[in-house]
This record gives sequence, C-alpha cells and structure tokens, in this order.
Amino acid sequence: MKHDKIERNVGLMLVLTMIAISIGGLVEIVPLFFLKDTVETVKTADGKDMVRPYTPLEQHGRDIYIREGCYLCHSQMIRPFRDEALRYGHYSLAAESKYDHPFQWGSKRTGPDLARVGGKYSNDWQVQHLVAPRSMVPESVMPNYPWLLSTKLDISDTQDRMKVLRMVGVPYSASEAEYEQNVKTFGEDVAKTLRIEDAEKTISAQAQVGNFDNNPDELTEMDALVAYLQVLGTMVDFKQFDDDYFARFR
Amino acid sequence: MATTNVVTSDQYNYDIVRKFTIMTLVWGAVGMLVGVYIASELAFPILNFDIPYITFGRLRPVHTGAVIFGFGGSALFATSYYIVQRTCQARLFGGAGLANFTFWGWQSIIVLAALGDVLGYSQGWEYAEMEWPIDLLIAVVWVAYAVIFIGTVMKRKEPHIYVANWFYMAFILATAILHIFHNLVIPVSLTKSYPLMAGVQDAMTQWWYGHNAVGFFLTAAFLGMMYYFVPKQAGRPVYSYRLSIVHFWALIFLYMWAGTHHLHWTAVPDWTSTLAATFSIMLLLPSWGGMINGIMTLSGAWDKLRTDPIMRFLIVSLSFYGMSTFEGPMMSLKDVNALSHYTDWTVGHVHSGALGWVAMISFGALYHMIPRLWNTQIHSQKLINVHFWLATIGILLYIVAMWISGIMQGLMWRAFDDFGNLQYSFVETVAAMHPFYAMRALGGAFFLTGMVIMVYNMAVTIRKGSTVAGSPATAAA
Repeated sequence: MKHDKIERNVGLMLVLTMIAISIGGLVEIVPLFFLKDTVETVKTADGKDMVRPYTPLEQHGRDIYIREGCYLCHSQMIRPFRDEALRYGHYSLAAESKYDHPFQWGSKRTGPDLARVGGKYSNDWQVQHLVAPRSMVPESVMPNYPWLLSTKLDISDTQDRMKVLRMVGVPYSASEAEYEQNVKTFGEDVAKTLRIEDAEKTISAQAQVGNFDNNPDELTEMDALVAYLQVLGTMVDFKQFDDDYFARFR
Repeated sequence: MATTNVVTSDQYNYDIVRKFTIMTLVWGAVGMLVGVYIASELAFPILNFDIPYITFGRLRPVHTGAVIFGFGGSALFATSYYIVQRTCQARLFGGAGLANFTFWGWQSIIVLAALGDVLGYSQGWEYAEMEWPIDLLIAVVWVAYAVIFIGTVMKRKEPHIYVANWFYMAFILATAILHIFHNLVIPVSLTKSYPLMAGVQDAMTQWWYGHNAVGFFLTAAFLGMMYYFVPKQAGRPVYSYRLSIVHFWALIFLYMWAGTHHLHWTAVPDWTSTLAATFSIMLLLPSWGGMINGIMTLSGAWDKLRTDPIMRFLIVSLSFYGMSTFEGPMMSLKDVNALSHYTDWTVGHVHSGALGWVAMISFGALYHMIPRLWNTQIHSQKLINVHFWLATIGILLYIVAMWISGIMQGLMWRAFDDFGNLQYSFVETVAAMHPFYAMRALGGAFFLTGMVIMVYNMAVTIRKGSTVAGSPATAAA
C-alpha cells in the first residue's frame, strides 16, 4: 500500500503535510493584496480620499482602546442587514479600516457595535459613560474606566509610533515631499495633522479645540480615547454615493 | 499494561513529561479560575472593582492564554513527549537540556503573557495578544520543540511512524507557520508594536491564525492524544487504519480554508467567505472520521464505560468533539451565521469544544499517564468519577446558557415591531442576558470545582508515588 511509504519516511511526511496545510491560506489571503476590488475607492467629488489616517491624538486613543481590550466586547464591523442599518448605520466598508493596524472588527457584541459611534453622543456623554457606564445606562455590564480621566496622556513616544506606522504603510509625512503628496491625497487640513515632526503640536491643538474630556488644561487619556471614538465611522460621507456604488465591490 | 513499571528511567525521559504534567494541572486550575471570574464580571460588573488590571478586557486574554497555551499547551507537550518516546521506542532527541529548555521557556511565556495582559501590553488580536518579545520567545521554544519531536521520530526503532505522531507533527508545523506569519509586526518599544497588515488583509490573516489555532493546536494535536490514549485505555487497536489515513490528510488540508467563516458578512470579499463556508461543511467529514475512529475503538469493550471513569472521560470528550464539529459547520452557513455571529452562541460553541473535547480528553490522558509516570495507583477512582460528573454538568450548564442567550440576543437584535422599527434597544438585549450570564458562571464554577478535585486527587497520588521505577509501586488499572 502506498501510504506505507509515507509512514516510513519522516521527510516525505513533513513535506506532504507542509503542502497540504499551505494551500488554503495561499489561495484565500495572497490575492487580497493584489485584487483591486478588495478595498473600495472612496473619493470626494474633487478627488480627495475620504478615509484618512488617524490624527496622532486619535491614534493614541486607538492604542488605549486596544490596551483596555475594548475589542473583546465591541465590534467595529456593521453587516449589510436591515436591522444593523437601522441600529448602527451604513454597513462598514473595507476602505474604512485600511489604516487600521491592527484591524479591530471584533467578534463579539457584548456591547454594541462602535463602527459608527462617532458623533452619536456628545463628548460629555462619552466621558461620563466611560467613567461610570451604569450612571448613563443602568443595565450596562461595562467596567468603569475612571483612570482614563486622571491619567495624563503619554506623548513621549508619539513620533516613534507614527514612524513605525509610516513604515507599515500609513502615510504620515516625514518630509516636505511626503507632506505635499498628502495635500494632494487628503487636502491641506488633513495633511497638516499627518506631519510627524508636528505631532505634539497637532495633539494639543486638537485636544484644545475638541475639548474632549471637558478639561482644557490637561491632556488626558480620556481626550485621546474620546477623540478616537468620535471619529469612528465619520470619514465617509455616504450621501455622495449612489446606493449601488459600494455593492459593486462586494 | 502492568508492564509499565519495568521501564527503567533511562530508557525514556519521563522527567520532562512529569514537569509538563504538573503544569497542566496548575494552568488548568488557574486558567479556569480566571474564566469563572470574568464570566462573573459579565453577570455582576461590580467585580471589575475599578482596578485596571482586573477588568474584563485585560483578564480575558489571561484566561484564553492560560487555558489554551498554559493548560492545553502543557498537556500537549507532556503527552507528545510521552507518546513519541513510547511509540518510537526511543529516548527524546536532543537530551534533557533541550527538553528542559522547552519546559522553562514555555512556562515563562505563559507567565510573561499573563503579566503583559494585565498591564495592558497587547497587540490587539484575539488569542495573539502577546507582544513581540514574547512572540520571539515562542518561536525559539517552538523550534526546539520541533527539533526534539522530529528528531525522536527520526531515531525510532519502529519502521512505521505511529498515527498519533502524524497529528503531532502536523500540529507542530502548522503552529509554527501560523505563529510566524500572523505576528509580523514592527516594534515601537519593548511593549508596543504595530502589525504590517491592516484592515481586510489583517482580518483575513488573524482568522486564518485564529481558526487554525483551533484546528491544529486544539484539534489535530488532541487527536494525536486521542489516538494513543483511547486504544491504550480500551486495550484494543484503533478501529480503522484506513479511516485514520483518510481523515488525517483531509482534516489538515481542509482546516486551512475555513478561517474566513469568522468573517461572514464583513468587508472581506464575498468569494473568500463562500469558499470558507464550503470548506467548513466539508470539514464535517474528516472531523467525524476522527470521532468515529475513536469511539468505535471501544467496540466490543463498551462495558468499560460503566466501570472505568477514565474511559468515560475519553469517550465523552469524543462525543463533544463530534457535537461541536457538527455545530461549527452549521454556524459557518451564512444564514445561520447572520444570527449567531457576535452573540454568545459562538462563545458556547468554543467552550463545547474547549471544555468538552480539549479539556476532557486531556483529563482522561492525565489520569492514564500519572500513575504510570509516578509508578503508583490513583489515589481515588471515586474522585475521578466525581470530577467527571462535575465537568459534564458544568459544560452542559455552560453551553445551554450560551445557546439560549446567543439565539435570544440574535433574534432580539433583528426583531421589528409592527411599524417596521427595531423592537428592542441594544441595552434591552444586554439586560435579557443577565440570568444566562449567571448560569454560565455557575457552569464554569462546576467545571472549575472538578478541576480542583482532580488537582487534589493527583497531588495525593503523586505524593505517594515515586519517580524511581520498580519501587513499591503497583501497576494501575
């Protein structure tokens, strides 16, 4: 019997096993880097990208979101169903997470989906809800996060973080040429927030204007997290597209 | 099997098996305790106590890490080192030093991972929260493990490689590939990194990793365990040699295609999702092939189920394996998944596999091995029986609670009133979950109690045993 040969030969068995376990992943993952339709093109009428990288403050907020393990109870991926459209809004696009290193789609909704939570509640509501969820929603089972309000945001390594994100493909600009390219892609207002050398200035400016934690004197982790939550799902203006435009990519 | 105690200590390296066996018991108890605690946090959120380190979000990876890599991983190291030596009739390749390196390496990985989790150092991927320095350590330990295992198979005295070792080798290879390609990151500092991939590609890679961690770490490897301990405990040969060949190759080939069923209806391209659902359905066949091969091994000796509590663990674990590998393909159907995804049904499914299959087969294997490793008899057969029933009742409470809450929540989310509006707010569905979250925690507590009883029973057994063969020990049943 032929299998006998494999059973007597470790090398042969290892090679055949390797082949058997490699095919599935290769077929399903590798094409995603090359097929153009995988990530939608989402541009404004004047040709600017709607989906932009996070500002340094929002990116810090995202890092805190990951640190606290929010993704274990909240998804960021709205499915194309009628009930989800009513509850959360337009279904999520691949383009909306194209700068998400790592993705945070989640797998469980112990709490609601957050893909479009941006702008749904006021900053004050978000802060109070994060500090004491049950004071806003009595039935909630979310932990309290009071330390976000009392912990200063550590921005000592902001530029390092942006540099690494730039290495993995997020267009934060490290030079004038890259800045000019970002002006072309995203417009001047956005491009300014993506300059690595200005990161600290950009952060304090956004925190001042946004006043996320209702305490303009201090830059806290709460500022960052609320800034992140408030931008979620707000980048794409769906009114500018026909209903069937995005369906073509699916 | 009374012959085990004539094995001299220098024929096989049992010392390393003993070490991993003890840590399997330790991590089992620790990991399940954390599990019961976080389950209780979901039922009673006051248990988060406003302490960052013990919030659900930070403890959940401690739980998954301790049970999957601590308990499951140590069980796999222990059983694979035991089985590969006995079926190859060869001492572990690489000497005691290399084997001990895998032990201390693996244990420090589990401890460091847990510390990193509570401190909030996370890569942000489920089941792969460990930051890059720990990932590097895992890679090094894993290479050492592969060298030891494959080296031992190479110097076997038997011409054929026993079927259990096929599964262990596939598991070692696949885990290496998954771990390395999934954890491609660029460090910012020792405790922070960003992955190379983003969005869709990252999601696909994560669930290729996540699903096959289940497929190889928690399935193929435990099938290897099954293929040794079920025939041994039953005292009968494997039911069908042909079936083991067919289901081995089919299982390892098909599993790798199925990961995208975790991403149905998301922003991944639809073709990947359809492909994954198709392969998930096909996966039912090799999964049940393994179950049938295991259960039928007992044919002609069914009476052992009445008399031998260890056999009961092994056979019930195969029943749960069959049940959850039926449930899995069903949940991978897009229409079922539309209801089940994001709900507790998924959590229940995972635990019917993890508690019912992985933990139960490990318990059976440990109960079989421990008296042989310490040349003694089990302290109390009765306590094994108590453990069995506590575990079984615990699992049933757990998965029934999760079925009800999962399906109920899925239905509530999509319910409309007569005017076409959503019938329930999100938080109404959260409130409806409460009794089932309490019931789940209770089920977990049952399972944990069984585990603690096992630790006690085995501690007494080990104490009266001896690592020196031929001492006053007698053979176990």
